[in-house]
Amino acid sequence: MKEYALLIISAALVNNVILARFLGLCSFMGVTTRIDTAVGMGMATTFVITVSSMADWAVGAYLLEPYNLWYLRTVTFIMVIAAAVQFTELTVKKVSPPLFQMLGIYLPLITTNCAVLGVAILLVEARMTFIEATLFGFASSVGYSLVMVMFAGLRERLALADIPRLFAGPPIGFIVASLLALAFMGFSGMTS
Amino acid sequence: MWIAIGSLTAMGLILGALLGVAAKFLAVKENPLEEELKEMLPGSQCGQCGYVGCSQYAAALAKGEAPITLCPPGGKAVIEALAKKLGVAADLSEHEEKGPEHAFIVEDLCIGCTRCIRECSTDAIMGANKLMHTIIVDACHGCSKCVPVCPTDAIVMVPVRVTLRNWHWPKPEVEQAHSKSPEVAHVH
Repeated sequence: MKEYALLIISAALVNNVILARFLGLCSFMGVTTRIDTAVGMGMATTFVITVSSMADWAVGAYLLEPYNLWYLRTVTFIMVIAAAVQFTELTVKKVSPPLFQMLGIYLPLITTNCAVLGVAILLVEARMTFIEATLFGFASSVGYSLVMVMFAGLRERLALADIPRLFAGPPIGFIVASLLALAFMGFSGMTS
Repeated sequence: MWIAIGSLTAMGLILGALLGVAAKFLAVKENPLEEELKEMLPGSQCGQCGYVGCSQYAAALAKGEAPITLCPPGGKAVIEALAKKLGVAADLSEHEEKGPEHAFIVEDLCIGCTRCIRECSTDAIMGANKLMHTIIVDACHGCSKCVPVCPTDAIVMVPVRVTLRNWHWPKPEVEQAHSKSPEVAHVH
């Protein structure tokens, strides 16, 4: 039980996909201008990462490992991820059309979000068990959503702040992102 | 190698089939009429109908929530086409047929604020900050969206000049044809 808790904390905070591993930066900068889109993106990505970690674990354990096909890793994982994203897109379109419109192009772009592929490759390389892989995928995506929402909140406040024209817009966004990453460095070393 | 090819093909087929089933179950009912109406509108997203863009207006039309006379760039032709498609009578009483118009910038008044450039949905306005702007008449479709944003009222709508390229024979007038036809017959 204890190692599962450690795994979750490690994946969500200590080795946060965005701020420690620097994966998925495109959507981190792209959809964090408003909190509600960041929440929607976080939920969609959480679903995709969790489902694709389970499916990719199964593909790794039952197809790539026994037949020694590790060189097909990227292709097969992307295929599974693309299918999961398509499914998510259909679901979001059905359940919440306004969210579908707000996320726009970023929803199909989850396919190429390196956080999703990164998590899948990390978990097969670490030779995790199925439960560990599922928890790792879920915790990583919760960490992703957490950082997305935090950053969106910061940017909503930045929009109101009086920023020198030199830094207004994306530059101040990047500076704030680096400060946030610096803050998350405080977690490093908490788990081995 | 055959295992690799076979397994990838099999995975593709299985995932494709799953998605196909999912698409069946999660299908969103899209009104086919909406798509057709969207095709009939000008598609320049000028927003003069009061909706965000043409597809939103088409959606409202398909639900029967909006009158068909809201599209100024489309003019009489679009109203008549919509009336035919939707099977409603076209109420042209409030519609004044103005003929094709394009925007024109009175260059003495233009201060080069670029506000109209940002508003234009067809990129028909040329100019830069603090430099005088002008309208590319061929690209302007006359939505008049730029007129209200101009702080110096330098934009006016003018009728498109009749040139040899766009002049047509006038259509025969119905009443005239009736009253004149006996005489015409008599003369011949």
